[in-house]
Amino acid sequence: MSTVLVFLEAKSGSPSRISLEALAAGAALATATGAQLAAAMVGPAAALDSLGTLAAAISIEHPLLDRYTADGYTAACAQLVARLQPDFVLFPHTYQVRDFAPRLATRLGRVLISDVTAFSLAGSTVTFTRQLFQGKLNGHYHSAAPAPCLVSIQAGAFHAAEPAPTSVPVESFAPTLESSAIRTQPGEPFRAASQTVDLSSAPLIVSVGRGIKDEANITLVQELAQALGAELAASRPICDAGWLPMERQVGSSGQTVAPKLYLAVGISGAIQHLVGMKGSQCVVAINKDENAPIFEIADYGIVGDLFEVVPALTAAIRKAKG
Amino acid sequence: MKIIVAIKQVPERDARIRIDSSGRWIALDDIEFRMNESDAYALEEALLLKEAHGGEVIVLSAGPERVGQTIREALAKGADRGIHIASDSLASLDALGVARLMAAAIADEHPDLILTGLQSDDLGLGQTGVILAELLGIPHSSLILKIEKIESGLRLLRELEDGWFQHITLPTPALLTIQSGNTKLRYATLMGIKKAKTKELRTVDAASLGTGSQPSLLLDSVALPSRQKTTQMLPGSPAEAAAALVAKLQQEVRVL
Ligand SMILES: Cc1cc2nc3c(=O)[nH]c(=O)nc-3n(C[C@H](O)[C@H](O)[C@H](O)COP(=O)(O)OP(=O)(O)OC[C@H]3O[C@@H](n4cnc5c(N)ncnc54)[C@H](O)[C@@H]3O)c2cc1C
Repeated sequence: MSTVLVFLEAKSGSPSRISLEALAAGAALATATGAQLAAAMVGPAAALDSLGTLAAAISIEHPLLDRYTADGYTAACAQLVARLQPDFVLFPHTYQVRDFAPRLATRLGRVLISDVTAFSLAGSTVTFTRQLFQGKLNGHYHSAAPAPCLVSIQAGAFHAAEPAPTSVPVESFAPTLESSAIRTQPGEPFRAASQTVDLSSAPLIVSVGRGIKDEANITLVQELAQALGAELAASRPICDAGWLPMERQVGSSGQTVAPKLYLAVGISGAIQHLVGMKGSQCVVAINKDENAPIFEIADYGIVGDLFEVVPALTAAIRKAKG
Repeated sequence: MKIIVAIKQVPERDARIRIDSSGRWIALDDIEFRMNESDAYALEEALLLKEAHGGEVIVLSAGPERVGQTIREALAKGADRGIHIASDSLASLDALGVARLMAAAIADEHPDLILTGLQSDDLGLGQTGVILAELLGIPHSSLILKIEKIESGLRLLRELEDGWFQHITLPTPALLTIQSGNTKLRYATLMGIKKAKTKELRTVDAASLGTGSQPSLLLDSVALPSRQKTTQMLPGSPAEAAAALVAKLQQEVRVL
């Protein structure tokens, strides 16, 4: 029987949310292709106890894997793949997976299908969908190489199952690793020094993107935020340019927010931004491009030039507040 | 330090996305091209390293003739020479195929460091650099913000998720994929643009590199995402749309 192997990533000792989404993708793929589902993670066996129905649960243990390195993970994963001979190997599309999975695929003579949002089956061919042009276009791919097919799954693309006791005893797998083969030396993770704004608890957020064009125009959205009584946030390019401090960046490498209102001004809606704000209760988007991906998740939208709409909105809010 | 920077030419950010008649890519006829954003940051890091420690910066790019323009732009910003892997059919390759071309084209260069952007704005695979490192048998690290030269090699600042960071040290030769934001990008000066015209730009025909192999990943078709259209659009003039939104914020979202 063929196997779908899902490689989970630990966060504070247990499988991360996005790993469980990848597991759900793996379960759906196993059902569709008549395969069995296996899950593996670097860490202790106990961390794998709530994964539901599986054919195998594997804890990968080795002192050289205590801290993530691309060399260590690539070698360990290659050995596990050689042992299980899976047809598909799925990963959550995290920064760590971005770092080592392409290397692993190359070592196996394959190409990772990265950041996949959906799959479909026609005959025996599985077609994988991934985003192009930062979400403005979808591409449909298939693997023309023999197994294994390596795939990483985008955050939020599949729904994680409720935790249930793992149906099989957890096996342990000890890869053979040499410390001399690990060439990078990772330091402890740390946070940026001073975090003076906590956007995660802000009830109202006005967020500005590259559509604002110029640093001098930031005052436009500052005035809107002030009129609303909202915190000001931004997409990455605004913080990269230094127009707003990095601590106001929302997204995968910035803050995760869940306000009552998230008003996105001139933001296209790339996945790395969306993961940071899609938990908002109400999303409003102002964008000149009616096809901007942000409208996919917005409750209300205004298609128009922000340089006309924002001042009009600021004035209307001031008037409403009296 | 001898540094190779791999850069990609991609469609302009605001380019109108229309699917071409093959159904496999977008129509490129009236599209402007530019340097991929994170590659521009990779180039900037390379130029900063050269300014601090001396050495040479070589830009490497694969693609059709128009790619030469993006290489010239990098030369104008201060890179010393360019290598253009000329190919009109890169789209028929997967990331491994492109990385093989790059590995073959720089086989005689023996750089201390190879930099790429962390992903391209068109395909967004985020893999070509990492694959190249494995093909060359050198260590790599991705999502790098800062590079510092130290005795044993390099000390790096790597971006992690949710506002976390990490330092990493690794020996050279190495390959790094660069994340945007650590530095301000420079503009080419008039002098730089003039000088760029005289700098060496070597064109290598992709077919001559002898890496030809069947791709293991195929892009069958592209499609505009099917919108679920849950968004309630507020039409009218800016003032009308603004008034309609204020009414929603008062009555339905209840935040005003
Ligand atoms: C590993 C990684 C991590 C990342 N982390 C983050 C992150 O944490 N946060 C983040 O935001 N991004 C992050 N990014 C970047 C992300 O992929 C996008 O590039 C970024 O979010 C785009 O920002 P934007 O929407 O402001 O700009 P663009 O994509 O350039 O969009 C600008 C928008 O403004 C609109 N516009 C232009 N002019 C006007 C006008 N006059 N009126 C109205 N609308 C206008 C355009 O139609 C467009 O939709 C990350 C990327 C990577 C690869």
